Amino acid sequence: MNSAPLLKVADLSKTFGGVQAVSRISFELKEKELLGVIGPNGSGKTTLVNLITGFVRPSSGAVLYRDKPITGLPPHRIVSLGIARTFQMVRPFYHMPAFKNLIVPLYSPRVKKMAGGKYGDRDAVALDLLEEVGFERDAYVSYKMAGSLPQGYLKRLELAKSMALRPDLLILDELFSGLSLAEVASIVPIIEKLRIQGKTIIMIEHRLKELFRIADKVMVLNYGRKIAEGSAKEVMENEEVKNAYLGSEE
Amino acid sequence: MKRRKERIDRGIKARSEDIFALSSFREMAYLLLPRALPVVGLLCFIPLLSEYWREVFISTATYALLAISWDMMICAGLVSLGQSLFYGIGSYVAGVLNHYWGLSPLFTIPIATVAGGFLCTVLLLPVLRLRGIYFAMVTLVLPLMLARLVEATRILGGTEGLTGLDPFPSQLTAFYVVQLGLLAALFGFRRVIGSDYGLIIRGISENDRSVMSAGLNIQWVKAQVLFMGASVGSFTGAVGTHLDMFAGMPGFALDYSIMPVAAAVVGGMGTFAGPVVGAFILVPLSEVLRALGALRIVFYGLFLVIFVVALPEGLFHYIQRKYHQFERWVEVEQ
Repeated sequence: MNSAPLLKVADLSKTFGGVQAVSRISFELKEKELLGVIGPNGSGKTTLVNLITGFVRPSSGAVLYRDKPITGLPPHRIVSLGIARTFQMVRPFYHMPAFKNLIVPLYSPRVKKMAGGKYGDRDAVALDLLEEVGFERDAYVSYKMAGSLPQGYLKRLELAKSMALRPDLLILDELFSGLSLAEVASIVPIIEKLRIQGKTIIMIEHRLKELFRIADKVMVLNYGRKIAEGSAKEVMENEEVKNAYLGSEE
Repeated sequence: MKRRKERIDRGIKARSEDIFALSSFREMAYLLLPRALPVVGLLCFIPLLSEYWREVFISTATYALLAISWDMMICAGLVSLGQSLFYGIGSYVAGVLNHYWGLSPLFTIPIATVAGGFLCTVLLLPVLRLRGIYFAMVTLVLPLMLARLVEATRILGGTEGLTGLDPFPSQLTAFYVVQLGLLAALFGFRRVIGSDYGLIIRGISENDRSVMSAGLNIQWVKAQVLFMGASVGSFTGAVGTHLDMFAGMPGFALDYSIMPVAAAVVGGMGTFAGPVVGAFILVPLSEVLRALGALRIVFYGLFLVIFVVALPEGLFHYIQRKYHQFERWVEVEQ
């Protein structure tokens, strides 16, 4: 395994008008690792995702991807380098059929480059991808308007949209939130399959049980600061974590 | 027992969706008729009318073109209140080429279409990031500002404008130039928006962040859309210049901005055919109402209000639905 980190975040900070949303966070992520990020509401998890993916410009600090700084690049450039994300609040194109939603990422320069300058039949690729995330092949559901799909399908669609970009690093922002246990159980194998394909994954999650089962390491945020990092077990035993986050639930 | 209306696609719509449509004349007619109607109507029947009505339909097509240009921009979520910017710039580019270099309309119109579109795109490029009402405000102000600039600096003929420009060889030539331009824009844009590229454009208006996270540069796509819209608007301005034999400040007039929006609202946004239908109702209507004198605006306004209240989706959406689907009442179980 390559020992150089795929992603390196150094002293990343973001202030929103006096509020320290993310404060001096540093971490490294090796290739093929799965990092879980947890923390109470408002602890800066989603802001961290926005900072890495270029949706929000950091106040200070740097993000290095494959040893190259990507801080301040626009989102579409960062995607082209191979970092894809999902949104916590799903963002489908409600007025398009589900499979047409995937045409948008399949149209991107990155996919074109990886497919060798040709797109092929995007509709067919889109339908295959939807099947991969659990849209029943012969059912009508792939052709339904995204606006008429239930939450479980929308979350899968969101995942398929990021997978369509053939990313090396996948950032999943609360993919499990709002889903039933059965639905979560059906998505976990998809993520495990992505890991076998060699993807590096960052998962932001509130569902600790499911996350701890698949994560290599876990990072805990609180008030924008990193308060712990390590294996699931180490993190759970950390006193500060217990006080700040897990303790409050007891 | 509660009832609701259920809409179901007509059998013929499903049958004519793929290659099998070619197996029957009925299916082919189903596909062809709506497309042939505007082509035959515009090119074969309207020219038979009197010279006065031909003039009316030239001006109708002008507004229809501006409405199409507006519609293209709304597809990408760009709300414009300044189609007159495109019209004015196109008109001045054609006017300058004709007045100072003596180029004939044969050259000024194509050059003004491309150069005008480019100029407008560059002018609006800095504010392309703005959304909704903010973008609309800038587009509204810009043409008014340019008109005052011409007035204050007395460039390009100042308030007098550029006069005595070359006219079209005949009214019929002008008529066909405008109508062919209209048909090209109508069918061209419908094609673009129906393609995968069109999905990206519509995606931007629905959810721009989602398009960004799909690895696409939305500012670049928006600039392309703006260029397409601005080119059509500039084409209209260039044609108008040679019709009036004059290019001047009236090219930036508010009429060219407001009328396309009204046409698109009456006809139905996002379809291109809708705004054309809207323009072909509103402009001739305004001519017919001329007999009423001062009350004309009152009736015109009343008509607009009734239309918007009764058919908020727009006329074309309504017709399209009736054409493709039938409705029936079904009982809803409580």
